[in-house]
Amino acid sequence: MSIAADALKNFEKITPKNIPLVEPLSRGHRGCQGCGEVLALRMVAKAVGSSMIAVSATGCMEIITSPYPQTAWEVPWIHVAFENTAAVASGVEAGRKALIRKGRIKDDGAKIVAYAGDGGTADIGMQALSGALERGHDFTYVCLDNEAYMNTGIQRSSSTPWGAGTTTSPAGLKSKGQMTWKKNMAAIAAAHNIPYVATASPAFHLDLMNKVKKAITVPGPAYVHIFSPCPTGWRCAPEDSLETARLVVGTRIFPLYEVIDGRYVLSRDVKNPKPVEDYLKIQRRFRHLKPEDIAVIQKRVDQDWERLLALVKATNPEAKTD
Amino acid sequence: MARRVGLEVSLACAEAAKLANVDVVAAYPITPQTHIVEHLAELVADGHLDAEFVPVESEHSAISACVGSSAAGARTFTSSSSQGLALMHEILFIASAMRLPIVMAVANRALSGPLNIWNDHSDIMAERDIGWVQTFAENGQEVLDLMLHAFKVAEDKRVCLPVIVNMDGFLLTHVIEPLLMPEQAEVDAYLPPYQPQQRLDIAQPISMGMVGMPEVYTEAKKASLEALLGSYDVVKEHWAGFAKQFGRQYKPIESYRSEDAEVLFVTMGSLGETCMTAIDELREAGVKVGSVRIRLWRPFPVDDFLAAIQGAKGLIVMDRALSPGVPAGPVATELRGLLYAKGYHLPVQNFVAGLGGRDVTRADFRMMLDKARKAFAAGGEMTCEMVGVKE
Repeated sequence: MSIAADALKNFEKITPKNIPLVEPLSRGHRGCQGCGEVLALRMVAKAVGSSMIAVSATGCMEIITSPYPQTAWEVPWIHVAFENTAAVASGVEAGRKALIRKGRIKDDGAKIVAYAGDGGTADIGMQALSGALERGHDFTYVCLDNEAYMNTGIQRSSSTPWGAGTTTSPAGLKSKGQMTWKKNMAAIAAAHNIPYVATASPAFHLDLMNKVKKAITVPGPAYVHIFSPCPTGWRCAPEDSLETARLVVGTRIFPLYEVIDGRYVLSRDVKNPKPVEDYLKIQRRFRHLKPEDIAVIQKRVDQDWERLLALVKATNPEAKTD
Repeated sequence: MARRVGLEVSLACAEAAKLANVDVVAAYPITPQTHIVEHLAELVADGHLDAEFVPVESEHSAISACVGSSAAGARTFTSSSSQGLALMHEILFIASAMRLPIVMAVANRALSGPLNIWNDHSDIMAERDIGWVQTFAENGQEVLDLMLHAFKVAEDKRVCLPVIVNMDGFLLTHVIEPLLMPEQAEVDAYLPPYQPQQRLDIAQPISMGMVGMPEVYTEAKKASLEALLGSYDVVKEHWAGFAKQFGRQYKPIESYRSEDAEVLFVTMGSLGETCMTAIDELREAGVKVGSVRIRLWRPFPVDDFLAAIQGAKGLIVMDRALSPGVPAGPVATELRGLLYAKGYHLPVQNFVAGLGGRDVTRADFRMMLDKARKAFAAGGEMTCEMVGVKE
């Protein structure tokens, strides 16, 4: 399978010199100070440009950009419900496909980009997403992962990391907060054998935008999982928002990689990782953790990193991995 | 000229969607709707229908994909039943609020539990308030005709609402009936291609499905309500146009031998045919009985209904669903409320019959009539009885 590789042969990278000036998601929305999610979504929209058709799940990004009669969207945008974003996107794609084939609308090259939070993706929207990926619709799905249900007030999701305190996984005398490990959504998306999967962080904006551009360039479904800091929910300073997005990569907690036609490629080899504690200590959602708890997280992160390297090696038999 | 054919009603329903030249079909299989979507899948696979068939992974995604497809400007069809319709519930309200002209065929079936795949109206009676135009077919020809009419009404710029065509599961969907299949040219003359007023178009960006704060939510609901109430005239107008094009007449309320009737049965769906047969027998025995059948369920045709029951001394309202904890079934509850509001002092006896595929026979109609007449004569209270319960 080389669907993505073929489509990306002449890929023109976004660089500091040609960053798109277009702002399909305009200023004036109602995001919190330091919101890493809307920053990530803005980068997504810039990378796609004015040919974007945005399909939104219910969530923070929906409510802060569309309080009727105001909208922050300069491109066609549709919101229906929480769990069905991928299904709505598949309908938009099917409808356009039929109308273009029947000559009723012209092929304007529009790109369908669905987005949802981690709850709308890894929990309630999982079935609709899996169906849409399996059916092979030509669309890009972006998960804006802020690791809990922030819009409803910081409740845990299956994407909340181990040890994080949320309003439904509070730390207490008998609990360290979230007691389960974060669901690996990118791996689940990759298991659908779709052409393109990537992880991204807004602290690495060119990497993020290039991945989104690749995702919309490849035919068929693409999935981009974006780490999206939420200072409000993570109990960190708004000015530390991007720092968390940087540290999560620098500690190997959230590795940046692509899965191109099933081939794992590291976007950023973190040779000298910082201790996970550096990342945890600037967020009060982790403040109850004791040194032995942090050691548990460190061990898990080390294991996951080794596993990722093994996947890179296994899917790139000829390439050197170090 | 139309062809006279013998066809399973499910296939006739699918053929209607084909004649309407739908652009997208998104559906998930559920008994007894399966033959409808299977036939559409075949029509697409054989190239007889140029459409995208989206084999979604659930009914929730079926209606969600329909919302997306309709918002993209495509003529969109789906079909479901029972649990599937219930799974769509959340999105049905959104589809009408977003004013998207989706057409859905519902093969009416009992809701679980216990699990039961056979006919009654409990699925659609749980969806009375979704804001869709809803019609009920009595026979195969009506299924075909109401389907074509549904697209015409839904896409009318004065309406822009989704439409459900109800057809009794198995009792209609799985029987072969003689019917007149119109020519494509006739349908094209009646139903031109869909011209959306708005669609997701990068040349003219719009935001659809925005947040409605308390300052605008009430007004948005009022606008949807007005659209639904306003669809009444359009429904009738397009039935008149249908009669002109195809020669078959349809009305919101259908009457049978009601002119001098002292007692009227009120039915919906295929039960109307059994009811008419029972009335013929009763009339031969000298009983002044007739029936009215509700074809247009939403918006409810208040004036047509009141005109149809003029002169009657009592009504027997048939429900094929329960409304647990309420003194009557859903149809009788509504009609009693309507009659009270309009100042009628007309006794309404209510029978809940035909649940989960239980047959309703001519003998049942005679029994119901006997009981109702006794109650009317005694001037007694309006009751609700479940017919044929084994105790």
